Order: sequence, then structure tokens, then C-alpha cells
Amino acid sequence: MSARDTLIAPLDVAALRRDFPILNLKIKDKPLIFLDNAASSQMPQPVIDRWVKYRSAQHANIHRAVHYLSETATAEYEKARLKVQAFINAKESRECIFTSGTTDGINLVAQGYGRKFFKADDEIILTTLEHHSNIVPWQMVAEEKGAKIRVVPINDRGELLVEDYRKLFNANTKFVAMTHVSNALGTITPIREMIAIAHEHGVPVLVDGAQAAPHLKVDVQDLDCDFYAFSGHKLCGPTGIGVLYGKAALLEKMQPFKGGGDMILSVTFEKTTYAPIPAKFEAGTPPVGEAITLGAAIDYLTGIGIERIAAHETDLLDYATDQLNRMPGVRLIGTAEKKAAVLSFALDGVHPHDVGSLLNDDGVAIRTGHHCAQPVMQRFKVPATSRASFAFYNTMAEVDALVASIGRVQKLFA
Amino acid sequence: MDSRQLYQEMILEHNKKPRNWGMLGDATHKAEGVNPLCGDHIHLSLKLNGDQVEAVGFEGEACAICKASASMMTVAVKGKSKTDAEMMVQEFRDMTTGKLDAAGPHHLGRLTVFSGVSELPTRVKCAILPWHTLHAAFAGTDTASTE
Repeated sequence: MSARDTLIAPLDVAALRRDFPILNLKIKDKPLIFLDNAASSQMPQPVIDRWVKYRSAQHANIHRAVHYLSETATAEYEKARLKVQAFINAKESRECIFTSGTTDGINLVAQGYGRKFFKADDEIILTTLEHHSNIVPWQMVAEEKGAKIRVVPINDRGELLVEDYRKLFNANTKFVAMTHVSNALGTITPIREMIAIAHEHGVPVLVDGAQAAPHLKVDVQDLDCDFYAFSGHKLCGPTGIGVLYGKAALLEKMQPFKGGGDMILSVTFEKTTYAPIPAKFEAGTPPVGEAITLGAAIDYLTGIGIERIAAHETDLLDYATDQLNRMPGVRLIGTAEKKAAVLSFALDGVHPHDVGSLLNDDGVAIRTGHHCAQPVMQRFKVPATSRASFAFYNTMAEVDALVASIGRVQKLFA
Repeated sequence: MDSRQLYQEMILEHNKKPRNWGMLGDATHKAEGVNPLCGDHIHLSLKLNGDQVEAVGFEGEACAICKASASMMTVAVKGKSKTDAEMMVQEFRDMTTGKLDAAGPHHLGRLTVFSGVSELPTRVKCAILPWHTLHAAFAGTDTASTE
């Protein structure tokens, strides 16, 4: 669906770009063209200002004191939790746990749920598309428990084979962990359908939403996922903060991940009792300022409108895809029918590392490498790809610059 | 320095037509070199006759800097003694980390074309990988990594 199909007011990208001071940077006298948003996104001034305000007038440790600053910081922290709840349409705010990022959230579930409930011969379903952060935590717990990992294959376009997924289920299947959007290929997976299939077998599903939450509307009740993890720094927020959503009934059954202050009700050397959720999973002093700043980032994005962001990014993707498809010697890797604005490509005869270095000379920032998705690279028989990933503050002119830069690289290596 | 300046004629040429390409059937020493961060992966094989490098061959998937460095390395060490080759390994390492005085005595010859890499920290490992691998092959270690 393109922006033309729906009545969505187009973004004033030029105005939005003025909110981002870093976009004014010059790389060796050339304007910065930042196309590495899947790795991390930039922060607009209003969100930077929110951090500064917190640090200038609101900081203290939370949940611990009755003085003004602590009460203020606590209130702002919990307000941020409510913003997260609204952002993903969680039923209750206590189902939204602040973590240090997607990787942290997935480890929390692997340790809190997996370690408690997985047994020998249990099967955990992952997919070929997974980022290492949604593979390794499961391998670690599977090794400890004697459980097995089963993998959903993809086709040559980078789409999950749902029928093969269906066939993987048996009496031993105990968990599914899968991505909403592939960071290497941009594939948007049919998670609603796949979650429904898992639930037919009574199997819970964790969704890695790191690449999805910034770019499309996430409604965890509609998806009916059991867990959903995402990161602040991918959606214009700070690093060091993320969210793990979990259905209350599941979170309550789980064992804690990290032990320490704040996640307890009472402590004696004989016995310690744990706090209810979300506190049970928020041990120690949390990243208070970061959570509040994440709240501001969510406000900023919802102020623009996620649907409008998605529409603009789709336009960028369509244009860039078309342009790259016209270039002989450029091969797109990941051509799923439904994609987020991520373009992995290969240049005949030129290693991605060379592409990335030379593009940098033109001020164009892309990522090259395996993108923490070695299984995907192996599936496409490439050691690495070059990847351009767009955000709502990128422009068509920047796509043109990317294309021109790639052309120059090809000329150099001809 | 622009990385474009590094991609001079010689480096592009060696990337396109690497010398001594292909593993030796009768190798006496072998090693594999991996740069996990960027995906450079090379296999190196040597035939030592006593102390002398009689033949050398390599293969792999690597960026232009790495491939060209490997190609030029094989040309440079072929026919040299192990001792001389190891000295070149050290000198090449020093050059790419900015520690070599290009005006002073050294044995790198045309390899000085890589001297600019010292100003491009993200590419230093690419240039050095083949040389680490050579060192590993001499030592009888199977794998070298840039980590």
C-alpha cells in the first residue's frame, strides 16, 4: 500500500529535518546523508531538550524517597510507562517493563520463562531471519536444559515459509521467538497469523520488535503476542533503554531475571519475597532519565503519526528499490512483498566493506557487514551485504545521492 | 585522508587480478585468516623448502584492501627466507599503524602503497589480515583473527 492509496497528509520532511541538529553535520565538507537508521536513529531537539530538563530540574533516584525531586522523577518515570502502554496498546501499564534494550528484554524472557519452564527435549522455534539477539539467548537456555532449536526457513525473496512453520509444531514445542521486521532484509513477517498458529498449539510467542516499533503501528492486543521487545534508540530515543511487553499472567509466572533492590517486597537472609510486576523485573536503579526521554520520543513520533511515517518511508523504499533495480551490477538482497524501508544490496565485484568506505567519502552513511544476522547471510551465500535503511527524515534527494555514490564506486572498480 | 585515495591503480589492479591465487596442492603450511567485523576471510598456503618460501597461494572472500594486500604480500615473500618474511610482517604492521619511518631503511618496496591505511582506522585490519595469517602459517597455528 503506498501513500497514494490512503488519505494521509504528507510529511513536511524539510520541517522535520530542522528538528534534528545532527543532520546539519558535514562529512569532509559534504552534507551527512544518514542511511543507517536500522542500526540507530537520530534524536530530535525536543527529545534532547527533555533529557536536559530532566537532568537540570528533575533528577533523583526513584521509588525511594519522599522528597520533591524523588517524587517528581518517580512520577515522570511512571508517566513514561503510561506513554509506552498507549504506544503499543498494552492492556495494563504493569505489562510494560523497562529494560536496557531489545537484547536485554529477550534475555529476560529466556531466563525468566525459559529457564523456569523448558525441559529436556522441549523445542523452541526460531526463524532464519533472526538477529543474533533473538538466537543466542535461546541457544544458551536450550543448551542448559537439553532443549532443541527448530528453524523456520525462508524463500529466495526472504519471506518466511509459513507452511513449513506450521509443520514444525509437535507435542514438544514449547516456545516461538520471531522477528516482526528483519533488520537485514527488511521483510515484514506475517506475525499475526504465525502467533495464531502457535496459540492453536498452546505455545507462547515472543516478538522481536526492534525494527518494527519505529516504523509501523504496533498493537500488542491485536497481535495477541505474549511478549514484545523493542529499543528506544531505534525510535529517536536514547540508547540504554527499551521495553519488554509481556502478558501479565505470564510475567507473574516467571522467575526474576536480575536480583537486587526494588524487585523485592522483603529481604531477610532466611527468605526474600519478590515484588509484583513490573517491579519484579526492574532490579536496581533504572535508567530513569532514559525512560523519561523515551517517553518524549514516543510523544514526538505519535505527534507526527506512525501511519504518516510509514507512508513516507514506503515511498522512499519504493523509489530506492526502483532506482537500484535499474543499475546493472547491483543485486537487491531481500525482495519480500511486504518490506520495511531497509535495502540490502550487493555490488558485483565489489566487497561491501569497500562500498561502505567509499560511500563514506561522499558523506553517505550505510552499514556493511553481516548485520548480526549471520544465518541470513549464509542463506543468501554472501559474507556480508551493504545496507541502506531509511527513517522519516530521509528524502528522495538523499536516495539520489546514494544511487550516484554507488555509481561512482562501480566506475572505480570497472 | 579520503579512502578513495587509498584505492589507487595498483591496489585496484591486485584486487581484480590477484597474484598467486589458488591454494597449493603440496603446501607444507596453511592458515586461515578471518576479520569477523567486516567479513574478510582468506586461506593461505605455503610451500617451505627448508627456510625458504618456495611457493605461496591464497584464496578467499575479502574486500579490495585485504585482497590486494594479500596479493602483493605473496609476490613480496615468494623466494624469501622465513626470517626475512617475518621481518616484513613486522614492518608492514608498523607501517599500517603509523609506526614506520617510510624514509628510513625497510624492506617493503612497493608495499608502501598501503601506508595511507594508517589514517583509516577501520581499514587497518583489512590490510593487516593477510600478514597475520602468514605469521600464523609460519607458526603452525591454523587460524588468525584480527580481534
